[in-house]
Amino acid sequence: MTTTFDPYASSRETTEGTVYSVTGGDWDSLVSEIGEAKEERIIVNMGPQHPSTHGVLRLVLELEGETITEVRPGIGYLHTGIEKNMEFRSWTQGTTFATRMDYLSPVFNETAYCLAIEKLLGITQDVPERASVIRVLMMELNRISSHMVALGTGALELGAMGPMFFAFREREMVLDAFEAITGLRMNMAYIRPGGVQQDIPADMTPRLRELVKTLRKNFKDNERLLIGNTIWMKRTVGIGYLDLAGCTTLGITGPVLRSTGLPWDLRKMEPYCGYENYEFDVITADTCDVYGRFLIRMAELEQSLRIIEQALDKLDALKGAPVMVADKKIAWPAQLALGADGLGNSLNHIREIMGTSMESLIHHFKLVTEGFRVPAGQVYAAVESPRGELAAHIVSDGGTRPYRAHFREPSFNNLQSTSAMSEGGMIADIIGAVASIDPVMGGVDR
Amino acid sequence: MSETQQGMFGARGTGDTSGYGGLVATSVSTGSTERPFGGYFDQVADDLERAYPDFADAITRVVVECGELTLHIKKERLVEVSRILRDSLLFEMCMGVSGVHYPERTGSELVAVYPLLSMTRNQRIRLEVCTSESDPHIPSVVDVWGGNNWHERETFDMFGIIFDGHPGLTRILMPDDWDGHPQRKDYPLGGIAVEYKGATTPAPSQRRSYQ
Repeated sequence: MTTTFDPYASSRETTEGTVYSVTGGDWDSLVSEIGEAKEERIIVNMGPQHPSTHGVLRLVLELEGETITEVRPGIGYLHTGIEKNMEFRSWTQGTTFATRMDYLSPVFNETAYCLAIEKLLGITQDVPERASVIRVLMMELNRISSHMVALGTGALELGAMGPMFFAFREREMVLDAFEAITGLRMNMAYIRPGGVQQDIPADMTPRLRELVKTLRKNFKDNERLLIGNTIWMKRTVGIGYLDLAGCTTLGITGPVLRSTGLPWDLRKMEPYCGYENYEFDVITADTCDVYGRFLIRMAELEQSLRIIEQALDKLDALKGAPVMVADKKIAWPAQLALGADGLGNSLNHIREIMGTSMESLIHHFKLVTEGFRVPAGQVYAAVESPRGELAAHIVSDGGTRPYRAHFREPSFNNLQSTSAMSEGGMIADIIGAVASIDPVMGGVDR
Repeated sequence: MSETQQGMFGARGTGDTSGYGGLVATSVSTGSTERPFGGYFDQVADDLERAYPDFADAITRVVVECGELTLHIKKERLVEVSRILRDSLLFEMCMGVSGVHYPERTGSELVAVYPLLSMTRNQRIRLEVCTSESDPHIPSVVDVWGGNNWHERETFDMFGIIFDGHPGLTRILMPDDWDGHPQRKDYPLGGIAVEYKGATTPAPSQRRSYQ
């Protein structure tokens, strides 16, 4: 053991042996000191700021050489207190918070939240069919944009840059569609209790049909690039193994569960928003590994396109139908019209509340400032998000605000499986394993 | 539910003269739902009674609301009931645990809610366990459903419920040295008032609230 003091890699004696704290700088003296030690156990902090940990995820790795002996994920770096904040806003304002949790799948957050409220209100059956079809359309578009990030960043983290260019090109087109429909590309708070905020623009269905055609063609680029690619297979086949028993124990849902061969998809098992009226397949793989999850996401893109096409047919058939419940005590007064500046309120609505009917004005005012009341009770409503079961547990005390809103986030739950997937493997493979879980830290920490 | 008024205004009753507050809020009943429960709930209850002879003693209430079944369980019986639900009734997945804080329910202020899922039978039920603020202990179900590990840590972090038998009950979202449990009702939201063009909008926790 050398006795020289190294300001960058100071060593201290503990009951476990000599511990070196590396702070950068002189690696030569560190390497020479470690070379004298009997064991090669190293603790590495990967993240929270690391380009390949999918956001602010911190992984505390215990290594022996390049083999991982223990992984402890550290989370909470993006905790924003959304659940607490929702207790201080009206039920409708809650969508603005919910949409910001898992920022890659905002529509799913909103839908889970709104389905829960509608269940408590007892108006699940009263939501107009056109609103449900628009919800399905938006969710499937969102599934595509979310899977594109999962595939693109997953590939990037494993060293392939091309797939990300293609994936983000496709995602951008979907976000453009979101912008045309809702006015916002992300976090749009578009799904509201009782329906959707406003109808889709009149020219939207032909544009979306074009988009489906383009996407179907473009998805082939990434398929050709990655499926069967030798390097990609070497990095993903047999990596991040988690079988059905492991998934059940850890409560894992979504593509990770389906990669074990179990066709569990809430859209089929507990249909909501009328999913029972659409034809699509539940994609599975039987490899339990990163490659299987990659193939599932690729194939789910085509299934989403199929659902979108059917939704567009239904929208054409339901032209002019309402998109919000008829009960004016719940329906948000969001009558909008396109002004010269690209936005604006409906002049007819303004004329009614300002010029014709005092009651309409009071009603509008009360609904927007005070909000509606939701009968006391608790519900649990789940949807199949791109990452698995996303559920809202909502408790009401009969007031105009949630008494408690809790979200069962698939990212939060599934991230627990990092250890099971990675321990005993190589350090390079944990990147692929985490990418295949596709955790979104905004959802993990809420 | 809460008797105390908060915020700037806060009308008693509905405070409503417009006919707007037409939605009647039904109060939460404290009794059990009478049979038949409807759907597969009767079968679940029957199966559990058969598989678990202490049913009547361990399960204090069976509630069906909004088409969902909730079993209220005495906390000291939680783990054995969970094991039977998993092994005999095939609720192989627990989708986590969510806490709720009712400060006015003296002696059972803290509630832990466990949504269960049976993939084999495509059934869902919910378990509810309550404990007091002064002795906030609930047995951990991590031995039964390993996936509840992080969920119980989150509920400990947010509500201060101590899950006995958890392999490593530490804070998960808040910093390790944080004081208090943010999701409790007596924990302030915080926030600051915002001034705009001479008018002041109070922080969200200080705004008027409607009962």
